Amino acid sequence: MDEALVRALTPAVIGVLVRRGADFAAAEDAVQDALVEALRGWRDDPPRDPKGWLVTVAWRKFLDAARAETSRRRREELVDAEPEPGPGAAVDDTLQLYFLCAHPSLTPSSAVALTLRAVGGLTTRQIAQAYLVPEATMAQRISRAKRTVSDIRFTQPGDVGTVLRVLYLVFNEGYSGDVDLAAEAIRLARQLADRIKHEEVAGLLALMLLHHARRPARTRADGSLVPLAEQDRDLWDTRLITEGVAVLQAALARDRLGEFQAQAAIAALHADAPTAEETDWPQIVEWYDELSRLTDNPVVRLNRAVAVGEADGPRAGLAALAGLDPDLPRHAAAVAYLHERDGDLVTAARFYADAARSAPNLPEREHLTRQAARLNAQLRRPGGR
Amino acid sequence: MAKYLLLKHYRGAPASVNDAPMDQWTPEEVSAHIQYMRDFAARLEGTGEFVDSQALSPEGTFVRYDGEGRPPVTDGPFAETKDVIAGWMVIDVESHERALELAGELSAAPGAGGKPIHEWLEVRPFLTAPPTITE
Repeated sequence: MDEALVRALTPAVIGVLVRRGADFAAAEDAVQDALVEALRGWRDDPPRDPKGWLVTVAWRKFLDAARAETSRRRREELVDAEPEPGPGAAVDDTLQLYFLCAHPSLTPSSAVALTLRAVGGLTTRQIAQAYLVPEATMAQRISRAKRTVSDIRFTQPGDVGTVLRVLYLVFNEGYSGDVDLAAEAIRLARQLADRIKHEEVAGLLALMLLHHARRPARTRADGSLVPLAEQDRDLWDTRLITEGVAVLQAALARDRLGEFQAQAAIAALHADAPTAEETDWPQIVEWYDELSRLTDNPVVRLNRAVAVGEADGPRAGLAALAGLDPDLPRHAAAVAYLHERDGDLVTAARFYADAARSAPNLPEREHLTRQAARLNAQLRRPGGR
Repeated sequence: MAKYLLLKHYRGAPASVNDAPMDQWTPEEVSAHIQYMRDFAARLEGTGEFVDSQALSPEGTFVRYDGEGRPPVTDGPFAETKDVIAGWMVIDVESHERALELAGELSAAPGAGGKPIHEWLEVRPFLTAPPTITE
Protein backbone atom coordinates (compact mmCIF):
# COMPACT_ATOMS: atom_id res chain seq x y z
CA MET A 1 0.00 0.00 0.00
CA ASP A 2 1.23 3.48 -0.82
CA GLU A 3 0.81 5.30 2.47
CA ALA A 4 1.74 8.65 0.91
CA LEU A 5 -1.08 8.25 -1.63
CA VAL A 6 -3.61 7.55 1.09
CA ARG A 7 -2.37 10.54 3.04
CA ALA A 8 -2.57 12.78 -0.01
CA LEU A 9 -6.26 11.91 -0.38
CA THR A 10 -7.09 12.98 3.18
CA PRO A 11 -7.98 16.67 2.68
CA ALA A 12 -10.14 15.94 -0.36
CA VAL A 13 -12.10 13.29 1.52
CA ILE A 14 -12.64 15.67 4.45
CA GLY A 15 -13.87 18.19 1.87
CA VAL A 16 -16.42 15.73 0.49
CA LEU A 17 -17.83 15.04 3.95
CA VAL A 18 -18.03 18.72 4.80
CA ARG A 19 -19.87 19.42 1.55
CA ARG A 20 -22.32 16.67 2.41
CA GLY A 21 -23.16 18.48 5.61
CA ALA A 22 -20.74 17.21 8.23
CA ASP A 23 -19.09 19.84 10.38
CA PHE A 24 -15.32 20.00 10.12
CA ALA A 25 -14.52 18.41 13.49
CA ALA A 26 -16.78 15.42 12.94
CA ALA A 27 -15.69 15.01 9.31
CA GLU A 28 -12.05 15.08 10.33
CA ASP A 29 -12.62 12.48 13.04
CA ALA A 30 -14.47 10.22 10.62
CA VAL A 31 -11.73 10.46 8.01
CA GLN A 32 -9.09 9.75 10.66
CA ASP A 33 -11.01 6.59 11.63
CA ALA A 34 -11.23 5.58 7.97
CA LEU A 35 -7.48 6.19 7.55
CA VAL A 36 -6.64 4.01 10.51
CA GLU A 37 -8.84 1.28 9.01
CA ALA A 38 -7.17 1.75 5.63
CA LEU A 39 -3.70 1.43 7.14
CA ARG A 40 -4.80 -1.82 8.78
CA GLY A 41 -6.73 -3.42 5.92
CA TRP A 42 -5.22 -2.18 2.68
CA ARG A 43 -1.91 -3.93 3.05
CA ASP A 44 -3.50 -7.24 2.09
CA ASP A 45 -6.45 -6.03 0.09
CA PRO A 46 -6.06 -2.57 -1.47
CA PRO A 47 -9.22 -1.18 -3.08
CA ARG A 48 -9.29 -0.27 -6.76
CA ASP A 49 -10.65 3.20 -6.01
CA PRO A 50 -8.90 4.37 -2.82
CA LYS A 51 -10.64 7.73 -2.70
CA GLY A 52 -14.08 6.19 -3.22
CA TRP A 53 -13.32 3.66 -0.50
CA LEU A 54 -12.20 6.37 1.93
CA VAL A 55 -15.27 8.50 1.21
CA THR A 56 -17.62 5.56 1.72
CA VAL A 57 -16.00 4.36 4.92
CA ALA A 58 -15.51 7.84 6.36
CA TRP A 59 -19.13 8.75 5.63
CA ARG A 60 -20.30 5.57 7.33
CA LYS A 61 -18.10 6.36 10.34
CA PHE A 62 -19.52 9.85 10.40
CA LEU A 63 -23.11 8.59 10.31
CA ASP A 64 -22.37 6.08 13.06
CA ALA A 65 -20.99 8.83 15.24
CA ALA A 66 -23.83 11.17 14.37
CA ARG A 67 -26.39 8.48 15.20
CA ALA A 68 -24.79 7.99 18.54
CA GLU A 69 -24.87 11.68 19.28
CA THR A 70 -27.65 13.49 17.57
CA SER A 71 -31.38 13.34 17.54
CA ARG A 72 -33.36 11.23 15.12
CA ARG A 73 -34.49 14.28 13.24
CA ARG A 74 -30.99 15.55 12.69
CA ARG A 75 -29.93 12.12 11.51
CA GLU A 76 -32.67 12.00 8.90
CA GLU A 77 -31.57 15.32 7.54
CA LEU A 78 -28.06 13.99 7.18
CA VAL A 79 -29.13 10.82 5.46
CA ASP A 80 -31.25 12.90 3.10
CA ALA A 81 -28.21 14.96 2.32
CA GLU A 82 -26.13 11.95 1.40
CA PRO A 83 -26.43 11.54 -2.37
CA GLU A 84 -24.29 14.46 -3.38
CA PRO A 85 -20.80 13.21 -4.23
CA GLY A 86 -20.80 15.21 -7.48
CA PRO A 87 -17.84 16.91 -9.14
CA GLY A 88 -15.48 19.23 -7.30
CA ALA A 89 -16.94 22.30 -5.64
CA ALA A 90 -16.10 25.80 -6.76
CA VAL A 91 -13.78 26.35 -3.82
CA ASP A 92 -10.67 24.27 -3.35
CA ASP A 93 -11.42 22.21 -0.24
CA THR A 94 -7.82 21.27 0.29
CA LEU A 95 -6.67 24.87 0.19
CA GLN A 96 -9.39 25.88 2.64
CA LEU A 97 -8.17 23.15 4.98
CA TYR A 98 -4.63 24.55 4.93
CA PHE A 99 -6.00 27.92 6.00
CA LEU A 100 -8.29 26.48 8.63
CA CYS A 101 -5.60 24.30 10.22
CA ALA A 102 -3.17 27.22 10.36
CA HIS A 103 -5.74 29.70 11.59
CA PRO A 104 -4.20 32.52 13.65
CA SER A 105 -6.46 31.69 16.60
CA LEU A 106 -4.45 28.46 17.07
CA THR A 107 -1.17 28.23 18.93
CA PRO A 108 1.73 27.18 16.69
CA SER A 109 1.91 23.67 18.11
CA SER A 110 -1.85 23.15 17.75
CA ALA A 111 -1.73 24.38 14.17
CA VAL A 112 1.16 22.03 13.44
CA ALA A 113 -0.66 19.02 14.91
CA LEU A 114 -3.94 19.79 13.18
CA THR A 115 -2.25 20.41 9.83
CA LEU A 116 -0.36 17.13 10.03
CA ARG A 117 -3.56 15.26 10.77
CA ALA A 118 -6.21 16.92 8.59
CA VAL A 119 -4.04 18.03 5.66
CA GLY A 120 -1.19 15.56 6.01
CA GLY A 121 -3.29 12.51 6.82
CA LEU A 122 -1.00 11.34 9.62
CA THR A 123 -2.49 9.41 12.49
CA THR A 124 -2.54 10.84 15.99
CA ARG A 125 -0.10 8.13 17.02
CA GLN A 126 2.39 9.08 14.32
CA ILE A 127 2.19 12.77 15.24
CA ALA A 128 2.58 11.96 18.93
CA GLN A 129 5.65 9.85 18.21
CA ALA A 130 7.15 12.53 16.03
CA TYR A 131 6.83 15.14 18.79
CA LEU A 132 7.66 12.79 21.65
CA VAL A 133 4.46 13.21 23.64
CA PRO A 134 1.91 10.59 24.72
CA GLU A 135 -0.80 9.77 22.20
CA ALA A 136 -3.53 10.86 24.63
CA THR A 137 -1.90 14.29 24.97
CA MET A 138 -1.66 14.71 21.20
CA ALA A 139 -5.28 13.58 20.78
CA GLN A 140 -6.39 16.27 23.23
CA ARG A 141 -4.24 18.90 21.55
CA ILE A 142 -5.88 18.11 18.23
CA SER A 143 -9.44 18.02 19.52
CA ARG A 144 -8.94 21.33 21.32
CA ALA A 145 -7.57 22.80 18.12
CA LYS A 146 -10.63 21.59 16.24
CA ARG A 147 -12.93 23.17 18.80
CA THR A 148 -11.04 26.43 18.44
CA VAL A 149 -11.62 26.59 14.70
CA SER A 150 -15.06 24.98 14.65
CA ASP A 151 -16.94 28.19 14.01
CA ILE A 152 -14.64 29.62 11.41
CA ARG A 153 -16.06 30.01 7.92
CA PHE A 154 -13.97 31.39 5.13
CA THR A 155 -15.57 33.97 2.92
CA GLN A 156 -12.23 34.61 1.29
CA PRO A 157 -8.87 32.85 1.24
CA GLY A 158 -7.04 32.97 4.56
CA ASP A 159 -3.57 34.31 5.26
CA VAL A 160 -0.92 32.37 3.36
CA GLY A 161 1.71 33.63 5.80
CA THR A 162 0.25 31.63 8.70
CA VAL A 163 0.22 28.46 6.60
CA LEU A 164 3.85 29.00 5.63
CA ARG A 165 4.92 29.48 9.24
CA VAL A 166 3.27 26.19 10.17
CA LEU A 167 4.97 24.29 7.34
CA TYR A 168 8.29 25.92 8.24
CA LEU A 169 7.91 24.67 11.83
CA VAL A 170 7.14 21.15 10.64
CA PHE A 171 10.23 21.19 8.44
CA ASN A 172 12.60 22.80 10.87
CA GLU A 173 11.81 21.25 14.23
CA GLY A 174 13.99 18.29 13.51
CA TYR A 175 12.28 15.67 15.65
CA SER A 176 11.83 12.30 14.09
CA GLY A 177 9.62 9.32 14.73
CA ASP A 178 8.76 6.83 12.03
CA VAL A 179 7.54 9.73 9.91
CA ASP A 180 10.04 11.93 8.11
CA LEU A 181 8.66 15.34 9.03
CA ALA A 182 11.01 17.22 6.71
CA ALA A 183 9.83 15.14 3.75
CA GLU A 184 6.24 15.56 4.91
CA ALA A 185 6.66 19.35 5.10
CA ILE A 186 8.03 19.33 1.55
CA ARG A 187 5.10 17.24 0.35
CA LEU A 188 2.63 19.65 1.95
CA ALA A 189 4.47 22.67 0.52
CA ARG A 190 4.48 21.15 -2.97
CA GLN A 191 0.76 20.39 -2.73
CA LEU A 192 0.15 23.98 -1.61
CA ALA A 193 2.33 25.39 -4.40
CA ASP A 194 0.25 23.40 -6.90
CA ARG A 195 -2.87 25.14 -5.66
CA ILE A 196 -1.86 28.69 -5.13
CA LYS A 197 0.45 30.87 -7.16
CA HIS A 198 2.27 32.80 -4.48
CA GLU A 199 5.93 33.72 -4.55
CA GLU A 200 6.50 33.08 -0.84
CA VAL A 201 4.97 29.59 -1.09
CA ALA A 202 7.50 28.96 -3.84
CA GLY A 203 10.19 30.61 -1.70
CA LEU A 204 9.51 28.31 1.24
CA LEU A 205 9.38 25.24 -1.00
CA ALA A 206 12.74 26.23 -2.52
CA LEU A 207 14.21 26.84 0.94
CA MET A 208 13.12 23.40 2.11
CA LEU A 209 14.39 21.64 -1.02
CA LEU A 210 17.78 23.35 -0.81
CA HIS A 211 18.26 22.46 2.86
CA HIS A 212 16.90 18.96 2.44
CA ALA A 213 19.46 18.44 -0.33
CA ARG A 214 22.25 18.83 2.22
CA ARG A 215 20.79 16.42 4.73
CA PRO A 216 22.99 13.40 3.83
CA ALA A 217 26.08 15.52 4.51
CA ARG A 218 24.87 17.27 7.64
CA THR A 219 25.41 14.51 10.19
CA ARG A 220 27.97 11.75 10.56
CA ALA A 221 26.96 8.15 11.10
CA ASP A 222 27.24 8.70 14.87
CA GLY A 223 24.77 11.60 14.72
CA SER A 224 27.35 14.35 15.23
CA LEU A 225 26.95 17.58 13.28
CA VAL A 226 29.12 18.47 10.29
CA PRO A 227 29.41 22.25 9.82
CA LEU A 228 28.57 23.56 6.35
CA ALA A 229 32.20 24.33 5.51
CA GLU A 230 33.27 20.76 6.29
CA GLN A 231 30.42 18.93 4.55
CA ASP A 232 31.20 16.50 1.75
CA ARG A 233 29.45 18.32 -1.07
CA ASP A 234 29.40 15.18 -3.18
CA LEU A 235 26.73 13.93 -0.79
CA TRP A 236 24.44 16.85 -1.55
CA ASP A 237 21.38 15.86 -3.58
CA THR A 238 21.87 17.65 -6.90
CA ARG A 239 18.37 16.79 -8.09
CA LEU A 240 16.81 18.61 -5.13
CA ILE A 241 19.21 21.52 -5.59
CA THR A 242 18.31 21.84 -9.27
CA GLU A 243 14.62 21.78 -8.44
CA GLY A 244 15.04 24.23 -5.55
CA VAL A 245 16.97 26.70 -7.67
CA ALA A 246 14.41 26.49 -10.48
CA VAL A 247 11.49 27.05 -8.07
CA LEU A 248 13.33 29.99 -6.51
CA GLN A 249 14.23 31.62 -9.83
CA ALA A 250 10.63 31.45 -10.99
CA ALA A 251 9.54 33.08 -7.73
CA LEU A 252 12.18 35.81 -7.80
CA ALA A 253 11.25 36.61 -11.42
CA ARG A 254 7.89 37.83 -10.14
CA ASP A 255 9.70 40.55 -8.26
CA ARG A 256 7.82 40.35 -4.97
CA LEU A 257 10.58 39.51 -2.58
CA GLY A 258 9.76 37.97 0.79
CA GLU A 259 11.55 36.45 3.72
CA PHE A 260 11.50 32.86 2.50
CA GLN A 261 12.73 33.76 -0.97
CA ALA A 262 15.62 35.68 0.56
CA GLN A 263 16.52 32.77 2.83
CA ALA A 264 16.28 30.40 -0.10
CA ALA A 265 18.57 32.67 -2.12
CA ILE A 266 21.20 32.35 0.61
CA ALA A 267 20.81 28.57 0.63
CA ALA A 268 21.07 28.56 -3.17
CA LEU A 269 24.37 30.47 -3.06
CA HIS A 270 25.78 27.85 -0.68
CA ALA A 271 24.47 25.08 -2.92
CA ASP A 272 26.09 26.73 -5.90
CA ALA A 273 29.62 26.73 -4.43
CA PRO A 274 31.68 23.71 -5.51
CA THR A 275 33.82 24.13 -2.38
CA ALA A 276 33.35 26.13 0.81
CA GLU A 277 36.23 28.41 -0.25
CA GLU A 278 34.41 29.34 -3.44
CA THR A 279 31.29 30.55 -1.61
CA ASP A 280 30.15 33.97 -2.83
CA TRP A 281 30.09 35.59 0.62
CA PRO A 282 29.71 39.21 -0.59
CA GLN A 283 26.49 38.24 -2.34
CA ILE A 284 25.33 36.32 0.73
CA VAL A 285 25.87 39.46 2.81
CA GLU A 286 23.72 41.38 0.33
CA TRP A 287 20.93 38.85 0.73
CA TYR A 288 21.18 39.16 4.50
CA ASP A 289 20.81 42.92 4.04
CA GLU A 290 17.63 42.27 2.05
CA LEU A 291 16.45 39.88 4.73
CA SER A 292 17.10 42.48 7.45
CA ARG A 293 14.93 44.93 5.55
CA LEU A 294 12.12 42.35 5.43
CA THR A 295 12.30 41.27 9.06
CA ASP A 296 13.71 42.82 12.22
CA ASN A 297 14.73 39.40 13.52
CA PRO A 298 18.02 39.79 15.44
CA VAL A 299 18.99 36.22 14.46
CA VAL A 300 19.23 37.49 10.87
CA ARG A 301 21.69 40.16 11.98
CA LEU A 302 23.72 37.55 13.85
CA ASN A 303 23.92 35.35 10.76
CA ARG A 304 24.75 38.40 8.69
CA ALA A 305 27.69 39.18 10.99
CA VAL A 306 29.08 35.69 10.41
CA ALA A 307 28.75 36.19 6.66
CA VAL A 308 30.48 39.57 6.96
CA GLY A 309 33.28 37.77 8.80
CA GLU A 310 33.72 35.51 5.79
CA ALA A 311 33.42 38.28 3.22
CA ASP A 312 35.51 41.01 4.89
CA GLY A 313 37.51 39.20 7.56
CA PRO A 314 36.85 38.23 11.18
CA ARG A 315 37.42 41.71 12.62
CA ALA A 316 34.66 43.05 10.40
CA GLY A 317 32.45 40.18 11.53
CA LEU A 318 33.11 40.95 15.20
CA ALA A 319 32.34 44.62 14.55
CA ALA A 320 29.06 43.60 12.93
CA LEU A 321 28.18 41.62 16.05
CA ALA A 322 28.54 44.69 18.25
CA GLY A 323 25.22 45.91 19.55
CA LEU A 324 23.55 42.50 19.35
CA ASP A 325 22.23 40.92 22.53
CA PRO A 326 24.85 38.41 23.75
CA ASP A 327 22.00 36.18 24.96
CA LEU A 328 20.85 35.53 21.39
CA PRO A 329 20.96 31.86 20.48
CA ARG A 330 24.35 31.01 18.94
CA HIS A 331 25.81 34.44 19.72
CA ALA A 332 28.68 32.95 21.74
CA ALA A 333 29.32 30.36 19.03
CA ALA A 334 29.60 33.13 16.42
CA VAL A 335 31.98 35.13 18.64
CA ALA A 336 34.09 32.02 19.22
CA TYR A 337 34.29 31.21 15.52
CA LEU A 338 35.28 34.74 14.54
CA HIS A 339 37.97 34.92 17.25
CA GLU A 340 39.39 31.62 16.07
CA ARG A 341 39.52 32.93 12.52
CA ASP A 342 41.25 36.00 13.91
CA GLY A 343 43.89 33.81 15.56
CA ASP A 344 42.85 34.50 19.16
CA LEU A 345 42.53 30.87 20.24
CA VAL A 346 42.34 31.59 23.97
CA THR A 347 39.28 33.79 23.60
CA ALA A 348 37.79 31.45 21.03
CA ALA A 349 38.12 28.43 23.32
CA ARG A 350 36.47 30.34 26.15
CA PHE A 351 33.52 31.38 23.98
CA TYR A 352 33.12 27.88 22.53
CA ALA A 353 32.83 26.56 26.08
CA ASP A 354 30.27 29.29 26.90
CA ALA A 355 28.38 28.47 23.74
CA ALA A 356 28.32 24.77 24.60
CA ARG A 357 26.78 25.54 27.99
CA SER A 358 23.95 27.53 26.45
CA ALA A 359 23.39 25.32 23.39
CA PRO A 360 19.71 24.54 22.87
CA ASN A 361 20.28 21.00 21.64
CA LEU A 362 22.56 18.10 22.27
CA PRO A 363 24.35 17.72 18.89
CA GLU A 364 25.23 21.42 18.95
CA ARG A 365 26.45 21.22 22.52
CA GLU A 366 28.64 18.26 21.66
CA HIS A 367 29.97 19.98 18.56
CA LEU A 368 30.82 23.16 20.49
CA THR A 369 32.39 21.20 23.35
CA ARG A 370 34.63 19.44 20.82
CA GLN A 371 35.59 22.80 19.31
CA ALA A 372 36.59 24.12 22.74
CA ALA A 373 38.48 20.91 23.51
CA ARG A 374 40.29 21.04 20.16
CA LEU A 375 41.51 24.60 20.78
CA ASN A 376 42.47 23.90 24.39
CA ALA A 377 44.51 20.86 23.31
CA GLN A 378 46.21 22.97 20.65
CA LEU A 379 46.99 25.66 23.24
CA ARG A 380 48.58 23.09 25.59
CA ARG A 381 51.00 21.91 22.91
CA PRO A 382 54.43 23.70 22.90
CA GLY A 383 54.11 26.64 20.54
CA GLY A 384 50.46 25.78 20.15
CA ARG A 385 49.24 29.29 20.12
CA MET B 1 6.67 23.74 21.58
CA ALA B 2 9.28 23.03 24.15
CA LYS B 3 9.57 20.45 26.83
CA TYR B 4 10.36 21.34 30.41
CA LEU B 5 11.10 19.32 33.48
CA LEU B 6 9.38 20.50 36.64
CA LEU B 7 11.68 19.03 39.24
CA LYS B 8 10.81 18.69 42.86
CA HIS B 9 13.97 18.39 44.87
CA TYR B 10 15.66 19.84 47.91
CA ARG B 11 18.99 21.01 46.61
CA GLY B 12 19.81 24.56 47.37
CA ALA B 13 16.30 25.98 47.37
CA PRO B 14 14.92 27.65 50.48
CA ALA B 15 12.34 25.75 52.53
CA SER B 16 8.72 25.81 51.41
CA VAL B 17 6.51 28.44 53.02
CA ASN B 18 4.17 25.79 54.40
CA ASP B 19 6.89 23.38 55.42
CA ALA B 20 5.25 20.83 57.75
CA PRO B 21 6.33 17.28 56.85
CA MET B 22 3.62 15.26 55.16
CA ASP B 23 3.32 12.70 57.97
CA GLN B 24 2.18 15.54 60.23
CA TRP B 25 -0.77 16.43 58.00
CA THR B 26 -4.25 15.06 58.58
CA PRO B 27 -5.23 12.11 56.35
CA GLU B 28 -7.72 14.37 54.60
CA GLU B 29 -4.96 16.86 53.84
CA VAL B 30 -2.81 14.09 52.42
CA SER B 31 -5.70 12.94 50.23
CA ALA B 32 -6.41 16.48 49.11
CA HIS B 33 -2.76 16.91 48.13
CA ILE B 34 -2.69 13.70 46.10
CA GLN B 35 -5.97 14.58 44.42
CA TYR B 36 -4.58 17.99 43.49
CA MET B 37 -1.59 16.40 41.79
CA ARG B 38 -3.82 13.95 39.90
CA ASP B 39 -6.19 16.68 38.80
CA PHE B 40 -3.28 18.82 37.70
CA ALA B 41 -1.88 16.04 35.50
CA ALA B 42 -5.33 15.26 34.10
CA ARG B 43 -5.91 18.91 33.29
CA LEU B 44 -2.59 19.13 31.43
CA GLU B 45 -3.47 16.04 29.47
CA GLY B 46 -6.68 17.83 28.54
CA THR B 47 -4.81 20.89 27.33
CA GLY B 48 -2.40 18.71 25.34
CA GLU B 49 0.59 19.70 27.48
CA PHE B 50 1.25 16.61 29.58
CA VAL B 51 4.19 14.32 28.84
CA ASP B 52 5.11 12.41 31.97
CA SER B 53 4.99 12.47 35.71
CA GLN B 54 6.86 10.23 38.12
CA ALA B 55 7.50 10.06 41.81
CA LEU B 56 10.71 8.57 43.13
CA SER B 57 11.45 6.52 46.16
CA PRO B 58 13.27 8.81 48.57
CA GLU B 59 16.16 6.43 49.10
CA GLY B 60 18.49 5.19 46.41
CA THR B 61 21.83 3.51 46.06
CA PHE B 62 25.03 5.10 44.77
CA VAL B 63 26.83 2.92 42.24
CA ARG B 64 30.09 3.21 40.35
CA TYR B 65 32.35 1.17 38.09
CA ASP B 66 35.20 -0.48 39.96
CA GLY B 67 37.40 -1.85 37.19
CA GLU B 68 37.38 -4.67 34.65
CA GLY B 69 35.90 -7.94 35.93
CA ARG B 70 34.80 -6.47 39.23
CA PRO B 71 31.25 -5.91 40.40
CA PRO B 72 30.24 -2.29 40.69
CA VAL B 73 30.80 -0.60 44.03
CA THR B 74 27.69 0.48 45.84
CA ASP B 75 27.28 2.90 48.67
CA GLY B 76 24.54 4.70 50.52
CA PRO B 77 21.75 5.26 51.05
CA PHE B 78 22.90 8.52 52.52
CA ALA B 79 20.78 10.18 55.13
CA GLU B 80 21.08 13.63 53.54
CA THR B 81 17.40 14.24 52.90
CA LYS B 82 18.15 17.69 51.52
CA ASP B 83 19.58 15.98 48.43
CA VAL B 84 16.44 14.03 47.71
CA ILE B 85 14.74 14.29 44.36
CA ALA B 86 11.10 13.61 45.12
CA GLY B 87 9.70 13.46 41.62
CA TRP B 88 9.08 15.31 38.43
CA MET B 89 6.65 16.25 35.77
CA VAL B 90 7.48 16.75 32.12
CA ILE B 91 5.38 19.21 30.16
CA ASP B 92 5.33 20.23 26.50
CA VAL B 93 4.30 23.87 26.29
CA GLU B 94 4.22 26.82 23.95
CA SER B 95 6.58 29.06 25.89
CA HIS B 96 8.89 29.45 28.86
CA GLU B 97 6.30 31.76 30.46
CA ARG B 98 3.72 28.98 30.27
CA ALA B 99 6.16 26.56 31.92
CA LEU B 100 6.66 29.01 34.80
CA GLU B 101 2.92 29.55 35.12
CA LEU B 102 2.28 25.81 35.41
CA ALA B 103 5.13 25.30 37.87
CA GLY B 104 3.56 28.05 39.98
CA GLU B 105 0.25 26.20 39.96
CA LEU B 106 1.88 22.92 40.86
CA SER B 107 3.65 24.60 43.76
CA ALA B 108 0.26 25.68 45.08
CA ALA B 109 -0.69 22.08 45.91
CA PRO B 110 -2.38 22.06 49.32
CA GLY B 111 -0.47 20.90 52.39
CA ALA B 112 -0.91 21.24 56.12
CA GLY B 113 -4.05 23.12 57.09
CA GLY B 114 -5.24 22.83 53.49
CA LYS B 115 -3.02 25.79 52.64
CA PRO B 116 -0.74 25.87 49.57
CA ILE B 117 2.72 24.43 50.25
CA HIS B 118 4.48 27.13 48.19
CA GLU B 119 7.28 24.64 47.57
CA TRP B 120 10.13 25.50 45.24
CA LEU B 121 10.19 23.63 41.94
CA GLU B 122 13.01 23.83 39.47
CA VAL B 123 12.05 24.39 35.82
CA ARG B 124 14.61 23.03 33.37
CA PRO B 125 14.28 23.12 29.58
CA PHE B 126 14.95 19.95 27.62
CA LEU B 127 17.63 20.05 24.99
CA THR B 128 15.95 19.61 21.62
CA ALA B 129 16.83 18.10 18.30
CA PRO B 130 18.89 20.49 16.15
CA PRO B 131 16.91 22.67 13.75
CA THR B 132 17.50 22.13 10.04
CA ILE B 133 17.85 25.76 9.06
CA THR B 134 20.41 27.72 11.05
CA GLU B 135 22.07 30.01 8.54
